[in-house]
Amino acid sequence: MAYTVRRPNLTFWEKIYLPNIIAGLAITFKHLKKMLKGETHVVMQYPEEKWDAHLPEYYRGAPTLVKDEHGRERCVSCQLCEFICPPRAIKITPGSIPSESKFAKVEKFPEAFDIDMSRCIYCGLCEEVCPEQAIFLRKDYAVTGESRADMVHHKEKLYELGGTMPDLVHKWNPEK
Amino acid sequence: MELLNTIPWMLIASSVAKTLFLIFLVVLPIVSYTVYAERRVSALIQDRLGPNRTGFPISLFGFKKDLQLFLGGLGQPVADAVKFLLKEEFTPAHVNKFYFWLAPVLAMVPALSTLAVLPFGNYLFGQKMVVADVNVGILYVFAIASIGVYGIVLAGWSSNSKYPFLGGIRASSQMISYELSLGLSAVPVLMIIGNLNLSDAIQYQIDNGWLLLPFTDGKLTLREFLLWIPVLISFIVFTISMFAETNRLPFDLPESETELVAGYHTEYSAMKFALFFLGEYAAMIAGSSIIVVLFLGGWHVPLLPINTLESSMTPGGIALGFLHITAFFAKVIGILIFFIWVRWTLPRFRFDQLMKLGWLYLFEIALVNIFITAGIIALVK
Repeated sequence: MAYTVRRPNLTFWEKIYLPNIIAGLAITFKHLKKMLKGETHVVMQYPEEKWDAHLPEYYRGAPTLVKDEHGRERCVSCQLCEFICPPRAIKITPGSIPSESKFAKVEKFPEAFDIDMSRCIYCGLCEEVCPEQAIFLRKDYAVTGESRADMVHHKEKLYELGGTMPDLVHKWNPEK
Repeated sequence: MELLNTIPWMLIASSVAKTLFLIFLVVLPIVSYTVYAERRVSALIQDRLGPNRTGFPISLFGFKKDLQLFLGGLGQPVADAVKFLLKEEFTPAHVNKFYFWLAPVLAMVPALSTLAVLPFGNYLFGQKMVVADVNVGILYVFAIASIGVYGIVLAGWSSNSKYPFLGGIRASSQMISYELSLGLSAVPVLMIIGNLNLSDAIQYQIDNGWLLLPFTDGKLTLREFLLWIPVLISFIVFTISMFAETNRLPFDLPESETELVAGYHTEYSAMKFALFFLGEYAAMIAGSSIIVVLFLGGWHVPLLPINTLESSMTPGGIALGFLHITAFFAKVIGILIFFIWVRWTLPRFRFDQLMKLGWLYLFEIALVNIFITAGIIALVK
């Protein structure tokens, strides 16, 4: 069955169109005037003004590695994040803890931990999968570099961005 | 030797000087800064800021910060021009090469040629500030301006691809439709002035007040008051047709980017695209100049003395001559700002609405307007 679209009944002034054009021009002029007088403040001038303070708790920025309260690296090089990473941005070279340490033969540690930020999609699966709570997505979003090599975050950079996060896992601490 | 003496060297030299001054010192800078104004005004209307920080990139050469010589991004047109010059000049394999290269030229040349007959100032240095003071002025403008459509049609056709082709078709039908109302709406003005020469049009407006504001000479007779009505109608029709003629929104169907990617210049890049861009804006300037000459008194400023041929060599006369040129282009820039303002206010017409408006309304209004004007001129002395 044919459906007839009801057209609005326009008045004479709406039909000749010019008054509505003038009304429209008045609206755009109002916006222009408010901008010129500095009354509207919508745009942020990015590098000078930032929204960082307002980022939500769950914001997913660059992935980082964290240390515990004793300055020990938490990552045990289990490579779960490497396996789950959808764009395969993470590359871990596992190594053994030296035998003089009291944690020798207990766990491994990452000799190298590289995250290719030109591949990372900030999905947060690495954070979710990590059994040791060693990798977190922090609030850094301006990841730049001048070459592909620049865009790879090595272990030192990841720890520098991550810092320490105490009181998450107690397996390293002496028993009370 | 005989032949050499017959060549009017003075005339040629002054014409070349005036052309160079008009194109390179006035029109092209206005074109590039109209593009800048377009971006800034559109941004401000939409509560944004627009390009506001372009400086000279001396940080490329090891300096710590870029040089912010121009405030508020005024260097943007320079950066744009450099960008267009440095980009890859790409010609697709499937195009008709000869016409593909010809089209940008044909878009640019007519727009600049129309400037030849525009009186952009009074006497200066003993010269009348118009490149060619011909007595078919307005006819020449219409004739050359309508050649501008060939650039667009050829671009659309030679690109050998569907969107440019549709853009070219739309451009040709739109230009033909609006050329009629454009010409017809200028007729009442020419009937009132009684002359096709644009310098005489300005002289008439100096003596009797600007056509759109007939009280600028200090008095408003009954005849002027009655003629005001057809002049107003004619101004509105002329301006609307000029929007369509220069492919400005709300009539930019040849390049409507929501439907046709970029319309007729989809396949163009780098300087060839820039020529279309410049041509479009130069056509806008030419169009606004015609509006200024026909309706807004050209370079005339009320209450300001007017140079004669003799006084234009004195220092005061030179200052006055430059003031008149400035006044002319100030009016043109005013109209350009209005063009931009309208562009960021109105949405694009549908194609059938465009055709309906052109053929069923503007054409008839312009035609009837001629008879109204003729009646008033015949009956009221």
